[in-house]
Amino acid sequence: MREARPPLGLIVPAVGAVALVTLPLIGLLQRAPWSQLGSELSTPEVGQALRLSLECSLGALAVAIVLGVPLAWVLARLSFPGRWLVRALVLLPMVLPPVVGGVALLSAFGRAGWLGRHFGSLPGFPLPFTTSGVILAEAFVAMPFLVITAEAGLRQADRRYDDAAATLGAGPWRRFRTVTLPLAAPSVAAGAALCWARALGEFGATITFAGNLPGRTQTMPSAIYVTLQTRPEGDIALSLVLLAVSLIVLVALRGRLVGGDGSSR
Amino acid sequence: MVAAMALAAAGCGGDTSPPSRPGPTGSLTVLAAASLTEAFADAAWRRATDHLGVAVTYSFAGSQQVAAQVTAGAPADVVATADEASMAPLVAAGLVDAPRIFATNKLAIVVPRGNPKGVSSLGDLSDGALAVVLADPAVPVGRSAAEALRRAGVTVHPVSRELDVKAVLRRVASGEADAGIVYVTDVAAAGAEVTGVEIPDDANVVTRYPAAVVRATNNDRGAQAFVDDLVGGAGEAALVAHGFGAP
Repeated sequence: MREARPPLGLIVPAVGAVALVTLPLIGLLQRAPWSQLGSELSTPEVGQALRLSLECSLGALAVAIVLGVPLAWVLARLSFPGRWLVRALVLLPMVLPPVVGGVALLSAFGRAGWLGRHFGSLPGFPLPFTTSGVILAEAFVAMPFLVITAEAGLRQADRRYDDAAATLGAGPWRRFRTVTLPLAAPSVAAGAALCWARALGEFGATITFAGNLPGRTQTMPSAIYVTLQTRPEGDIALSLVLLAVSLIVLVALRGRLVGGDGSSR
Repeated sequence: MVAAMALAAAGCGGDTSPPSRPGPTGSLTVLAAASLTEAFADAAWRRATDHLGVAVTYSFAGSQQVAAQVTAGAPADVVATADEASMAPLVAAGLVDAPRIFATNKLAIVVPRGNPKGVSSLGDLSDGALAVVLADPAVPVGRSAAEALRRAGVTVHPVSRELDVKAVLRRVASGEADAGIVYVTDVAAAGAEVTGVEIPDDANVVTRYPAAVVRATNNDRGAQAFVDDLVGGAGEAALVAHGFGAP
């Protein structure tokens, strides 16, 4: 049965929510230098920044998946003292101003940081001013989005399937891979999309920790910021690219998510 | 204290705010270059502005960002940048009155306290083993540094191009970088945290700091008085104490 009439009390604010997001974007589209878009975007700096942005955000996503999905499982399935504290700590980067995150990363992994000081001679160190540093900063800021979403999915996944698999003799690792994870896959994928999108747009922690060097640490957000200082038209052109890339990936992922998750949402 | 106030007042070109005529009132928002942070926070300068009878709020950022804020219509009464190039677009767009120069600044090499790597000249910065941080050429201090390096015939491969002068200073002060090029005023502001290495005048680049009244101000009198005081030398003690030169 269809609902007779959707309540205006919900429809009006919902339209307001869409307007809140789209009105600024319309402004961006209006001010875009459409005729010079090609020349603005065909500079080697833009190509470098875009490539770095994609590489680093995917790198950060990989780090977040390898570390974050197991953490989500631990938070969802194990009860241990201090779990609330671990959850709060891991989610902290979501509310922390990214610049503060950058400063924190510096004071740990920087050349003078409490860890970086001891590992300065190892390969890959010091991390600031390197592409690995960008990935680390982006993972720091973006991983919580994956953890919080995947944890919710793992909690909702019906544990009886897991128990049934156990009675059939499947070990815990096998059950995680073949039963639990597939059940939670839509949430993990949604979390991964959020995480990747956050990493792609990351600016504050990245520039604070890794600096700004074209070709090595200058991602699209940094390039946009630098361009904003000198040529606002060029800045809008760069923003459009980042916007388009993000939108394409989010729409593509969303389609897949709905496909696998259509019955419950 | 009283003597200091009298001194500050005397510094304002003899204008001891006669009580007969109403002086400027209200509040002022001043958008200023990051390199002015300490000078404008200095007690001597605050006393000089106290006498104006307006409440002054400062907002500091890179000069080009300050200019971008004015272009975007940020509510501001006075704008002060670290070079004339940053002010030029505002003048061209008719957003500000004619800018007036109130201070000068020049460059210095900044190194961690005690100069552990023994940097003594711009030429030393070309050493690949040295982690050198410069400001991006989009920023005034970055442009000046590039010009100084060009004059000295030195090629530097920086590990990062920071977006304002304080970021360069922070990299060196925190030990993440071995050397950077900043303004002499930034070295003075950082105190014992860092050591400054002088750049000789033939390679050094002198920048002139302009201030202007923003046309869209709704406190024209206050803004005008602020710029008059700044140009007239009311804040000279504060500016000199922080390493600036006279215009």
